[in-house]
Amino acid sequence: MNETMKATENLQEYKGRSLAQETWHRLLKNKGAVVGMIFMVLLLLLAVSGDLIYDWDTQIDYMEMGVARQAPSMEHPFGTDQLGRDVLARVLYGSRYSLIIGVGSVVLGLIVGLITGSLAGFYGGGWDQLVMRANDILYSVPNIMLAVVIVQLLGTSILSLVIALSISSATSFAKITRASVMTIRDQEYVESAYAMGLPTWKIILRHIIPNCLSPIIVQVTLSIGSNIISASSLSFLGVGVPIPTPEWGTMLAEGRQFIRSEPWMCIFPGLAIMLTVLALNLMGDGLRDALDPKLKR
Amino acid sequence: MIRYVLKRLLFMIPTILITSFLIYFAMDLAGGDPVNTILPENATTEQKEALREEMGLNDPFLIRYARYMGGLVTGDMGESYVTGLDVFDRFMQCLPMTLALGGTALILACIISIPLGIYTALNQNSWKDTTGMVFALFGVSMPNFWLGLMLMLVFAVNLNWLPSQGAEGPKYLILPALTVGLGLAALITRTTRSSMLDVIRADYMTTAKAKGASRRRVIYYHGLKNAMIPIVTAIGMQFSLVMTGSALAEVVFSWPGIGRLVFESIDKRDVPTVTGSIILCCILMSIINLLVDLIYAFLDPRIKAQYSNKG
Repeated sequence: MNETMKATENLQEYKGRSLAQETWHRLLKNKGAVVGMIFMVLLLLLAVSGDLIYDWDTQIDYMEMGVARQAPSMEHPFGTDQLGRDVLARVLYGSRYSLIIGVGSVVLGLIVGLITGSLAGFYGGGWDQLVMRANDILYSVPNIMLAVVIVQLLGTSILSLVIALSISSATSFAKITRASVMTIRDQEYVESAYAMGLPTWKIILRHIIPNCLSPIIVQVTLSIGSNIISASSLSFLGVGVPIPTPEWGTMLAEGRQFIRSEPWMCIFPGLAIMLTVLALNLMGDGLRDALDPKLKR
Repeated sequence: MIRYVLKRLLFMIPTILITSFLIYFAMDLAGGDPVNTILPENATTEQKEALREEMGLNDPFLIRYARYMGGLVTGDMGESYVTGLDVFDRFMQCLPMTLALGGTALILACIISIPLGIYTALNQNSWKDTTGMVFALFGVSMPNFWLGLMLMLVFAVNLNWLPSQGAEGPKYLILPALTVGLGLAALITRTTRSSMLDVIRADYMTTAKAKGASRRRVIYYHGLKNAMIPIVTAIGMQFSLVMTGSALAEVVFSWPGIGRLVFESIDKRDVPTVTGSIILCCILMSIINLLVDLIYAFLDPRIKAQYSNKG
């Protein structure tokens, strides 16, 4: 009896919830995803308010040789680097670069991937061939080499890094979108939208893309993380964000030569990258389970 | 099957032509005037012009590209502006080092990840599973080169067990291979686990159990064999990552492979070496991708049948 009542209550609770609310509710039950989200919100606040907290000329890019290469202490919790700059301040300020590059490259890649992928999946034929062959060609170029060529061409800057990383993201978005669109294209509700005389672009935008959003949302979250790693790798290799910008990869490149004597210069920027990507991966895994309960075991 | 292989080989030609064209074009634009790199700073305009003429730099772009590709077929990709060494020979010198590093890393990754993936899947939702998955999650969230720096800090700097730089023996391979291998292992563990979980619930597993097959036989013969396809796909998709990971590890540990060659050449603005190495890397990737596709066909009779039908 009690159980039946409980089940009815649950049913009442579930009624009247939209799919997005339902997903959100499931997401909140996932501890890892909640931790990841809280971390990302804090990081976002920090990145946005970086200029209010820190002054570029006196706290981020300056020289104070008197306190150079100090081990972590109360005054400098993460120690100081070879020019006497506070590592903590630079790591915190640096969050904005990673986020701008990670989010920027994914958004750019998503736009390109969505357009090319949905057109390829929807129309098929020659357009599909063209998009897929272009994908094959990009696939045969190792990502890092592709990024190197583009950065060489456009010069080392944040924008060229964003463009370089967006290209490899675009290929994966195009593939996912294409596959989803192909399965949805022949559903009845798309046919009825046709019968109602809607223009094609509206059908794609209103009826097809919203129905293949789930895998794309998950991919967006995971791609931001992997692009943050790629960006810092490229900066580390000297083909990303130039010094003295406190980008995490650039800081690691600077700190690398001091690893024997002042390891904190290498430890903290790397930890920052790892925690950020970890938070994004936790969110991505949580979203995948929340969007598709069938997958959850 | 043979027709399929031939078709794929034929398809590689336009892919390589387009890729190399784009790379050559981009590097040509980005490279600046090589004459300034080669000649001393006080060279006269006439000397520069003479050298430009001699190197064929005044020819139209398409002619230079055609000449370059003609050279590529015979293994002549020009000489470095900085060291004067033959680019193709230099690449071929570095290639075995990268293959050794990448190969060791991949084997290491499989040894760690496949048993771990099966183990976590079999102990689903227990603390063993959680521990394994947390390990894998950290592994995929870590930048590979940073893992390398940390391994170097612990094992080379603090414990002084292993060398941190160079390539003078098998001992030197351990840290770079661990760096690349652990990152890959994390990825493959996650795939193996989810693939095993898919398979464990399949009806044929219950049937095998009902027929009295031992647990070991059920898991490894009936289970793993069917779970292998997504795992091999995952491994096959990682070759670009192996290449990237090796390049980073080579820079961190001064391992004399292709990655280090490319990034040192970028520092020195040595355009022919960079262009040549990247083009050769792309050709190598195309060949590896083809081999991976062929391996699938042997693993999965369904794919093999598909190829034979399409011819």
